[in-house]
Amino acid sequence: MSTDGCGAPAGGVTITKDAAGKEAIVEGHVLRDGTPVATGYARLLGTGDEFVAEVPLGEDGGFRFFAAPGDWTLRVLAPGGVRAEYAVSADIGQITKVEVAV
Amino acid sequence: MSRSDVLVDADWVESHIGEPGYVIVEVDEDTSAYDKGHIPSAIKIDWKKDLQDPVRRDFVDKTGFEALLSDRGISNDDTVILYGGNNNWFAAYAYWYFRLYGHQNVVLLDGGRKKWELDSRELATDVPSRPKTSYTATEQDSSLRALRDEVIAAIGKRNLVDVRSPDEFAGRLLAPAHLPQEQAQRGGHIPTAKNVPWSKAANEDGTFRSDDELTTLYRDEAGVDFGKDTIAYCRIGERSAHTWFVLHELLGQPNVKNYDGSWTEYGSLVGVPIEIGDGK
Repeated sequence: MSTDGCGAPAGGVTITKDAAGKEAIVEGHVLRDGTPVATGYARLLGTGDEFVAEVPLGEDGGFRFFAAPGDWTLRVLAPGGVRAEYAVSADIGQITKVEVAV
Repeated sequence: MSRSDVLVDADWVESHIGEPGYVIVEVDEDTSAYDKGHIPSAIKIDWKKDLQDPVRRDFVDKTGFEALLSDRGISNDDTVILYGGNNNWFAAYAYWYFRLYGHQNVVLLDGGRKKWELDSRELATDVPSRPKTSYTATEQDSSLRALRDEVIAAIGKRNLVDVRSPDEFAGRLLAPAHLPQEQAQRGGHIPTAKNVPWSKAANEDGTFRSDDELTTLYRDEAGVDFGKDTIAYCRIGERSAHTWFVLHELLGQPNVKNYDGSWTEYGSLVGVPIEIGDGK
């Protein structure tokens, strides 16, 4: 896995419980009628809609953020004008799962 | 140089697909994105394998850049249309390379891959084959690139624009929130730097904000003195290439440099001053 770029690692990354021990992870999938949305973007926003990070959705509709602990807004963008928002919380040592239906 | 000279929209790109003299190039942070689908006729440049020195921490030298473009079938007279994912971070980074090595006709697709995808425009999977060329680069334009000693000397004298997220600027994170937290030895920012996250320069669909909005953002809100020279930095130099593009290419500020060593270098230097905490 490549972690020395600023972008999303090709093919995603595998998270172990040990790795989550020092990270505050927010991850999940975006589905439409149960089918993964492979073309789209997940954005993590802070207070006042402050942009924090964005990743393209994976082939399985998946996304993952290594956030700081706290409350965040997850925004999903997809073709067809899809724009959905969810409130999420992250904490060190936890993997916060968000399953999104659009 | 004005916005229309350096920034093109998707309709313009579609009208030039396959046209001789125009080469569409995808440069992505996720180097597998191209393989899943790309703008028809586009070729790929891998920001890491193709643009970085394989041994030293540096980017490809003049000879390497010439070899790369020759191999990809790009000639000196071609108009190169760059685009990529993640709001054009790495496409802007590549754009900066093309300018560093003197390529005259290079433009960026506004919104990059994201807007193209969100607009449901056509993506192709076939990989075009272009005949090799004999590309000649100029010597690196040192007026566009800052190295560490110049950055240290600029503290309190020039504009330093830290384009990372507020949490990285403050020292709470060492990397963007979609990456594991690693790299620099210390968190924080270069003293006197203004924090203007790159994302503030972009709309949600990845397009750049208007010139008026950008001027307000940097000059009026952040207090960047347009009468002074500027150095932009981030973590490894690609987000700051995005901001360099805004300040130098869109707003026409004359003396703007990208510090590609950025925080992974500065935050690991021994003895240099560091500030922590939120922007003022």
